Amino acid sequence: MSTGRAQAGGVVYALLIAAALFYLMPVYVLVVTSMKSFAEVSLAHMWALPSGVYFSSFARAWQGDPLHGLRGLGTNFLNSVKLTIPATILSSFLGSLNGYVLAKWRFRGADVVFPAILFGMFIPYQSILIPLVQVLQRLHLYGTLSGLIFVHVVYGIPITTLIFRNYYASVPTDLIEAAEIDGAGIWGVYQRVIVPLSAPALVVAAIWQVTSIWNDFLFGVTVTSNPEVQPITVALNNLAGSYVVEWNVQMGGALLAALPPLLVYVFLGRYFMRGLMAGSLKG
Amino acid sequence: MIAPSIVAVAVFVYGFVGWTGFVSLTRWNDVLPDYTWAGWRNYLDLFENFRFRIDIVNTAKFTLVFLAACLAIGFALAALLERAFRAEPLFRTIYLAPLAISFIVTGVVWRWLLNPGSAQLGSVGINQLFERLHVGFLRSGWYTDPHIGILAVAIAATWQMSGYTMALYLAGLRGIPDELREAARVDGASEGQIFRRVIVPLLQPVTLSAVIILGHISLKIFDLVVAMTGSGPGFSSDVPAFFMFDTTFRGNHFAQGAGIAEILLVLVAVLTVPYLVYSTRTEVQR
Repeated sequence: MSTGRAQAGGVVYALLIAAALFYLMPVYVLVVTSMKSFAEVSLAHMWALPSGVYFSSFARAWQGDPLHGLRGLGTNFLNSVKLTIPATILSSFLGSLNGYVLAKWRFRGADVVFPAILFGMFIPYQSILIPLVQVLQRLHLYGTLSGLIFVHVVYGIPITTLIFRNYYASVPTDLIEAAEIDGAGIWGVYQRVIVPLSAPALVVAAIWQVTSIWNDFLFGVTVTSNPEVQPITVALNNLAGSYVVEWNVQMGGALLAALPPLLVYVFLGRYFMRGLMAGSLKG
Repeated sequence: MIAPSIVAVAVFVYGFVGWTGFVSLTRWNDVLPDYTWAGWRNYLDLFENFRFRIDIVNTAKFTLVFLAACLAIGFALAALLERAFRAEPLFRTIYLAPLAISFIVTGVVWRWLLNPGSAQLGSVGINQLFERLHVGFLRSGWYTDPHIGILAVAIAATWQMSGYTMALYLAGLRGIPDELREAARVDGASEGQIFRRVIVPLLQPVTLSAVIILGHISLKIFDLVVAMTGSGPGFSSDVPAFFMFDTTFRGNHFAQGAGIAEILLVLVAVLTVPYLVYSTRTEVQR
């Protein structure tokens, strides 16, 4: 019995390791290739380890090579940073307000409003792109980073509302009633009771928004056409689509684009998981 | 207090969807807007459209393969992980990592991995790996082969999303009380019977959520196609979301693009609205 169980355990681990190799394989190619020196880069040796750690691929992906018409991703990386931070803060704030009201102030029609807001996170964004471009052009926000921030704030409302609402639902109503007896109104309760308790939901919402705004491509490619303003995903796609760019530089660029969300995931994975579960509506 | 958000969602989601619907019923198929009424003509044209017909078939193929692979791999990994006590966090972290990165990054990497190579280059990527492992007969043209096309994209999508399915199943398995299994054991059920008669039925709600979430992702799949293949030979990896973008913003066929977008929206709504209403209802009752 015990040897049978040990064998079964061995099989389980063998299968788990095989699966891990499958998931790590592209990451291996990505990391290894972007570390190789230009002399070592050859598709025939795609799977070979680099002879040392070289940062030339990253440098070229970051700075580009203006003489040969290669645009670097440095500006775009910074664009993504400038875009992600304010959009995350603003959409989390709106989500917190909505979540609070929907969880604690049962107004008439709330049962319709909540799912109606949530539907906004499932729609294919293609169905709003045409009027979005028209309206942004009217507002003179088309093609600007502010315009893109605005778009991410608006379409971030559903998911942040869901995360905060689910969390606030677990805040004891007694706390709110006590503050109300002390004379606090809807805003007073929010500032004195709700905001100090919000950290756990804020972490989940902020991590979710940081990764999804950083990773967005559709809004970026639709709203920004000037390479100087584009976020990194759009610039990476342009870089990779051009046949003159060496593939190690493409990999270096891909790693640059992947690194921020991967670091967030590695260090704050627990909160990332919660956002994931909230996204499936299971809270 | 929540009025600004409600107004924003009302305008930017529902108002815009409505406006797109209106555009789809006009003759705006050139650079400048033309709001002359066209009725259902754009839709009728679409269903006759060679490319759109291929796209619908591609979406069906993609959804089928992507869903089947994610559910099977996700479930198998969750069941295995439940038995790998101490190593569980490590493996789980590895399996879920692809989810954190952009579809664009995934597309760029998998385009090289599934590159079929050429006469001068020899085999590259996965094909090269197959040769090294002495299973060269598995080599394939991948996305350059019109018979595979969109299914190559489904492989990359499965790589990215199967960890998510695993996480859903793992949470589901954790939610099953040990007493239930104990009770079945006391009644003389074998482990296999417990699995089939107790565990699998209890996980059905998880499967349903996974099908809805993954299904709506596959209807909307866009970024991965752009970064990995584009339309492919003979539109073999083209999808409606890509056709919409292409025809609207590159071809200036705004009304046609709006029509495709609305068809996509209806498909997504049919899949998600009942689930959304049901989940929020049960939550309110709780």
